[in-house]
Amino acid sequence: MSVAVSEAPVTFHLPVRQRLFGRREWIAFWAVVGFVLAATPICALATPASSPFYLSTYALTLVGKIMCYALVALSLDLVWGFCGVLSLGHGLFFALGGYAMGMYLMRSIGLDGVYHSPLPDFMVFLDWKALPWFWQGTEHFLYTLLLIVLVPGVVAWIFGYFTFRSRVKGVYLSIITQAMTFAAMLLFYRNETGFGGNNGFTDFKRILGFPIAAPGTRVCLFLLTFLVLAGSFLLCRFLVKSRLGRVVTAIRDAESRLMFLGYNPLGYKLFVWTLSAVLCGIAGALYVPQVGIINPSEMSPTNSIEMAIWVAVGGRGTLLGPIVGAFLVNGAKSFLTASFAEYWLFFLGAIFVIVPIYLPQGVIGLFKPPRTK
Amino acid sequence: MDRRFFWLLAAGFWLGLSSIAWALTPEQIKPLAEDDFDAKAEALDQVIASGDEAAQRILDALRDEQLYANKAGQILISHGDSYHDALTDGQVEAKADDLQPIELNNVLREKLATGLAGLQLISPDRAVRAHAIQTLLRSADSALKPLIDKARSSETDPSLRAELDQLWASTMLRAPDPKRRQDAVAMLEQRHDPQMRLVLAPLLGKQSDGTFIESDPTVRKRVEQVLASLEREEAEIQFVGTLFAGISLGSILLLAALGLAITYGLIGVINMAHGEFLMIGAYATYCVQNMFISYWPGAFDWYLLAAVPVSFLAAAIVGLILERSVIRLLYGRPLETLLATFGVSLILIEAVRTKFGAQNVQVSNPRWMSGGITVLPEMILPFNRIVIIGFALIVVLITWLVIQRTRFGLYIRAVTQNRRMAACVGIRTWQIDCYAFAFGAGIAGLGGCALSQVGNVGPDLGQSYIIDSFMAVVLGGVGQLIGTIVGALGLGVLSKLIEPFWGAVLAKIAILVLIVLFIQKRPQGLFALKGRSLEV
Repeated sequence: MSVAVSEAPVTFHLPVRQRLFGRREWIAFWAVVGFVLAATPICALATPASSPFYLSTYALTLVGKIMCYALVALSLDLVWGFCGVLSLGHGLFFALGGYAMGMYLMRSIGLDGVYHSPLPDFMVFLDWKALPWFWQGTEHFLYTLLLIVLVPGVVAWIFGYFTFRSRVKGVYLSIITQAMTFAAMLLFYRNETGFGGNNGFTDFKRILGFPIAAPGTRVCLFLLTFLVLAGSFLLCRFLVKSRLGRVVTAIRDAESRLMFLGYNPLGYKLFVWTLSAVLCGIAGALYVPQVGIINPSEMSPTNSIEMAIWVAVGGRGTLLGPIVGAFLVNGAKSFLTASFAEYWLFFLGAIFVIVPIYLPQGVIGLFKPPRTK
Repeated sequence: MDRRFFWLLAAGFWLGLSSIAWALTPEQIKPLAEDDFDAKAEALDQVIASGDEAAQRILDALRDEQLYANKAGQILISHGDSYHDALTDGQVEAKADDLQPIELNNVLREKLATGLAGLQLISPDRAVRAHAIQTLLRSADSALKPLIDKARSSETDPSLRAELDQLWASTMLRAPDPKRRQDAVAMLEQRHDPQMRLVLAPLLGKQSDGTFIESDPTVRKRVEQVLASLEREEAEIQFVGTLFAGISLGSILLLAALGLAITYGLIGVINMAHGEFLMIGAYATYCVQNMFISYWPGAFDWYLLAAVPVSFLAAAIVGLILERSVIRLLYGRPLETLLATFGVSLILIEAVRTKFGAQNVQVSNPRWMSGGITVLPEMILPFNRIVIIGFALIVVLITWLVIQRTRFGLYIRAVTQNRRMAACVGIRTWQIDCYAFAFGAGIAGLGGCALSQVGNVGPDLGQSYIIDSFMAVVLGGVGQLIGTIVGALGLGVLSKLIEPFWGAVLAKIAILVLIVLFIQKRPQGLFALKGRSLEV
């Protein structure tokens, strides 16, 4: 028996391969990259401190830190803006990457710690005699790079596999991710866990043999962060324009319908989720040497929710918006906490309330031409 | 018959009196002033054995280092600037230069300490006797046997008499006759006191020459049996205690989770500011307490009765405002609601911090809530926790009545099941949302009122409970009251059960892992509404 099936191909009128950017956007992108790469070393190293163009170490660190946050916002936008999964636990992946880098930096202190011991100071303080197994090999930079990618990635994959498989989604998922980072924070607060308890890691001396506080090292870290951010932006843009990106967007908009069309969302979701966690871990790894400290408060649920508001402020689902949002919110934070410390939390709370209600498209949405209905 | 009984009683009375040694003589205590410590020890033994008022005076003075001897060998007690004779307590003229303080070595000091405790066994004050028995039970010493015998013959209080018997038994554990030792072990078993393990366990140890401290194998076997049964009893007591702590934690989670489950079921949003309703309820209780202190101090014990409705109303009003001003504008966008309500919670916490300060405020229990029921000597169930469990039960009952037996509850159920259909049959769904939200907030306010009686009240009070109550909702499922009840109590008991083994932190993590694994099997929670709708 044969059933007659229509032979006519189904077409969606979508180009096979969408372009990443238009011509003007490409020019703007390369202009920004070129400008930052050229101007930063000159302004930070070759300009006298009295000049208005001088980039102080404080400013360098601040902007470098915010670029790490921007990378986090970008990775969060990938899952929230394009896949509809609002994670309130990305602080965990950020901190895991940071801790992986922190372990290497702690080992690089060598014998220069307070106790002049080959063990990190906090272990001497706890009267430990040998490194725990998970600290083995962390003195090698390449292995550390591997850890930075693998640890957040594997944790995210396992967590994602179990939650996505049971089709947990929406606010349920958000709450569970929040509980995940909360539990991890409690775990890392314990001294016995082996990551320095509530003090975490600090007092780093050098990275790859270079003194960590020297202006040259700072500029290198800054430029590296910038390049990673720009590269990740391109990667995310590439992803969301690809066929995979279109499936992911479809999951966001109508998961059940997509399943009826024969797709299994698990793999797509898992890929985007894990990639996002890895980007977040890399951001954390870049953050730690610049800020000079990592402790479990990075995993607090409040921190993770703040990350979501960077995305919301900038405009989710736009990739560029979250980067802008991270700069806006964190710029406001360092300005307000310096001058009106007691009002900062009121201000932050107000952003949380006002942006979803009155700026659903974020700041980027203000500059877009209103869509014709 | 009656007459004979009388004589028997009289004889017993006389015997009882005679067992107390005759009054001390100056010759007996004179060796205390000598340099020979053996003689001192003998004199001290006699003082202790006499057990009268003079003995008490002498021992107290020795303990306070106020005992002196003059050149004639008379023992004097110093009362600051005057001196009294140790035996007669009459004042004596003496010059400080003529007096020698009576000194002790470590052996004598130990003897003194046991003697003091032993003397308390026959104190006229019942509380002092009870305390002395408890002290001696923990350090049974066969040297005290004469004092204990004496106390047993004169003790009139039946419960203390029983405890003295146990004390006697624990000194008898070192008796030379194995039969009596076995009786002593049996008596200790009757006591059902886990502390007795400390007395029994050393008997199974070995001496330095390799022989057992308890030489008789049958007695040893008996001791082992009794130890095992005491251990079992202690485990049972601990289990009951854990269960109680778990239910107590669960009942607070329940109060927090009830409102959360209602609003989540109804509107499909999770209110991150829900924990702050707990906080508002607790601060409302604090304010009511302060008002009672300033205006009606006499009625302070009953301030909680006023605080219950006030905390409900305070939280409900804030909930109403929140629903009308924020949540309503974000209908159909649950993730954004999550963020906006988080912002509200930041603002509420910061506002309370500005108004009341960042420190915890003091909320005290009314007098009728302090103290507790002593179920077993080792376990006390505090009244405030019992009251809270009862309170949670009442609140659940009221909620159940509201949801199941009123028109408002009927509407809530209808909108939860099918919002559009409910709207079609004429229910004003927006009104139901509004009131249900306020109702849920009010219940959380009640939870805050309860919480203020057992925990600290500070601006971030809600934060520590909110994740756990979300987990209770996830576990129990949405839309049915029973789900929330089982979820909250189950979570409370489970975390208290795991805590003794792994500690509080790992227990939390273990529970999270369990919940993630659990929703693999039942994503809709333990109890869920059955329906045919499919989300897009």
